[in-house]
Amino acid sequence: MEWLQQLVNGISLGSIYALIALGYTMVYGIIKLINFAHGDVFMLGAFIGFYAIARWDLGFFPALIIAMLLCAIIGVIIERVAYKRLRNATRIAALITAIGVSLLIEYTVIFFRGASPEAYPEVFANKSINILGANISSISIVILAVTVVLMILLHFIVHKTKIGKAMRAVSHDADAARLMGINVDNTISATFAIGSALAGAAGVIFGLYYTRIEPLMGVLPGLKAFVAAVLGGIGSIPGAMTGGLVLGVVETIVSALGYSLWRDAAAFVILILILILKPSGIFGKNTREKV
Amino acid sequence: MKKSKAFWGFLVLALVIYAVVQGMISGGMLDLYYQNILIQMCINVMLAVSLHIVIGITGQFSIGHAGFMAVGAYVSAIVTMKLGLPLIVAILLGAVISALAGLLVGIPTLRLKGDYLAIATLGFAEIIRIIFLNVDYVGGAAGMVVMNMTTWTYAFVAVVITILVIANFTNSRHGRGCISIREDEIASDAMGINTTYYKVIAFTIGAFFAGVAGAIYSHNFFIIQPTTFNFLKSFDILIYVVLGGLGSLSGSVIAAIFLTVVSAYLSNFPETRMIIYSLVLIIVMLYRPTGLMGTKEITSLFKFGKKGGSKV
Amino acid sequence: MTSNLLIKAENVGIQFGGLKAVQNVNLYLNSGELIGLIGPNGAGKTTTFNMLTGVYQPTEGTITFDGKKLNGLKPFQVTKLGISRTFQNIRLFKDLSVLDNVKVANHNLAKHSLFASIFRLPSHFAGEAKMEKESIEFLKIFGLDIYKDELAKNLPYGMQRRLEIARALAANPKLLLLDEPAAGMNPQETRELMELIAFIRKEFGLTILLIEHDMHLVMGICERIYVLDHGQLIADGTPEEIRNNPKVIEAYLGEEVID
Repeated sequence: MEWLQQLVNGISLGSIYALIALGYTMVYGIIKLINFAHGDVFMLGAFIGFYAIARWDLGFFPALIIAMLLCAIIGVIIERVAYKRLRNATRIAALITAIGVSLLIEYTVIFFRGASPEAYPEVFANKSINILGANISSISIVILAVTVVLMILLHFIVHKTKIGKAMRAVSHDADAARLMGINVDNTISATFAIGSALAGAAGVIFGLYYTRIEPLMGVLPGLKAFVAAVLGGIGSIPGAMTGGLVLGVVETIVSALGYSLWRDAAAFVILILILILKPSGIFGKNTREKV
Repeated sequence: MKKSKAFWGFLVLALVIYAVVQGMISGGMLDLYYQNILIQMCINVMLAVSLHIVIGITGQFSIGHAGFMAVGAYVSAIVTMKLGLPLIVAILLGAVISALAGLLVGIPTLRLKGDYLAIATLGFAEIIRIIFLNVDYVGGAAGMVVMNMTTWTYAFVAVVITILVIANFTNSRHGRGCISIREDEIASDAMGINTTYYKVIAFTIGAFFAGVAGAIYSHNFFIIQPTTFNFLKSFDILIYVVLGGLGSLSGSVIAAIFLTVVSAYLSNFPETRMIIYSLVLIIVMLYRPTGLMGTKEITSLFKFGKKGGSKV
Repeated sequence: MTSNLLIKAENVGIQFGGLKAVQNVNLYLNSGELIGLIGPNGAGKTTTFNMLTGVYQPTEGTITFDGKKLNGLKPFQVTKLGISRTFQNIRLFKDLSVLDNVKVANHNLAKHSLFASIFRLPSHFAGEAKMEKESIEFLKIFGLDIYKDELAKNLPYGMQRRLEIARALAANPKLLLLDEPAAGMNPQETRELMELIAFIRKEFGLTILLIEHDMHLVMGICERIYVLDHGQLIADGTPEEIRNNPKVIEAYLGEEVID
């Protein structure tokens, strides 16, 4: 049952993409900004988790929660310091600022601790469970469990809480939401906090799964997670989840077929195909420019 | 005619710069290290100006320019190293193939707008890089050994031609068509401008000169590797254009020269360099989002005639 | 004035998602006519313009202009055939000079090639000189030549509206579509503008379709008027007929624009 094992691998990878993609899609949905620094928040999450486990001897779950909390704070700081002033700026200015923030985070980390990679400590005995002939590692199961719990939590926040309602209102029409008495600034900050916390969680489970982390590790998964968000339909939460999983499975299939060096190209080919064929993505809505 | 005056002024300036630098090289005042910085400067100016025509003039936000540089670098390297043809042929072929790549990438992607276009061009550039990474004929990840054939003269002539062609393009009905797309695509279309055609033309010309820059680059070092042409390289080029002022040719030239010097001085402290780069980028975007020059040209600062828009 | 049919829209309609924004519009213009298109806010006037100029593709019906079908053509192709327009919310090329704004529209009348421009061949200089001369002529008609080097965004509002018309005219249209050209102007400016429109119509042998809110104005200068309401034509006829049409009065009830 080789294919089942590959499928599980694909879903594990896809879960990581999905968690990052959620932050992209929520931020894009609310302020129409491709937050290039999001991949670097993911990287910071991985490092925070690493230090929590390796230096402070914490267990996996406390480390995960600390990483999520600190990433949420970092996300809010980035938004307040860099992006808030750009609300009325051109798209190009906003995108370039995001690129600038991304580079700043990466190289500040390199400046303080060097570019060398770090080996993630093993927190779970790496046992494999045999299901239907496929060897499924305990880490995969942890990843899936964490992802599912976080997604349920997110769904609950977005659909059942006041702040979730505010987020949906602001992403629909920020001006109208403001007139209805919603504190738009706080809502945007909350969106960054939630998205960044998810990215932080993704960072920790990435470290656990791939065991190797380094300061530029966020770049490629960040870009791919954005592809996942576009694939699912940017601005759509179920879209980001679906897009992430599809992308993870496709990449795993490409690798399994023996084209592992082409694996990174798969994401970009998907991106271009989706942009050309259906730019609104799987769950997206078409928009029309007013003349 | 005012415009031809600017043209001759530019040529005279170029000749003077060339004569001075050549004199300093012959007089032994510029050693190989400084000559290399000068060549680097020319390459970066070419990259900046070739992206300026896409972003600054036509307003199409491409962030995958390094992909076309890679095509020029690799194709030209194949022409000299594998086929044994002279460098000038290599530069031209590299540029033409790069322009073709620009055409191929441009036709499907330029229908997209804003952020989507940006991400698509980034995606294409990554695909180009991954293709080179996987082709054993050009050395794969290890890269390809290329002889050092670029001289200061080659680089300078190439940069002068690049600037002239792009300035000539800009100051014509074709360039105005492109600028009108940047200003308001719907109005441009309504005024009879074939917007798709001009976007693709600008993109192709940009790719052509990025190819020239790539060819000069690959023959200036001893090795080219796919990682050189990743999106960080694309961002570098983007930074020149944005810092110089979106829409200002002289602005992007000045920014490219200035940042080349800064990076040369900070080459032993790459992290510091990147931190300064990114901070400058953020601060400029927050406080002066039009870049240093806005859409103005350096000539308009001392101009006798009053000119708006993009003139050289 | 001749009465050759210039443009004809038959059963034209457009649907956005499930919403029928405009439906069953039948209108025609003969060469040389000055026709008004009126209707309350949201009646579909601008949408109709957008269909006539190729910005939107009608989902039903056909549009023929000068014997050619317009369905499926892009805006620039429609413009090349001879329909040019202005926009309700001014869409000038703000960071271009006033002269360059007009030159952009003059683009298709010039012939010099990309190659000629890049290598500065004689045909480039000849072509550009001709464009410059023609464009200044257009500016003169609108009294804008004194501002030719000013950036379009720095012009006063009324001048920007005029520049939009000058620009549309430079595209060499047979049919000119004006979308609320007098919006935001004071009575004095409006009167001058209307004289100008009458002048260019005669001078360039234009056919003009005009969207306007100011009823007095439309009634005063248009030969015939179409009235749109809720995406449908509810009336057409001479100003006198429109003034007395009960449907029109009902559509405008409460707006008190008809005396």
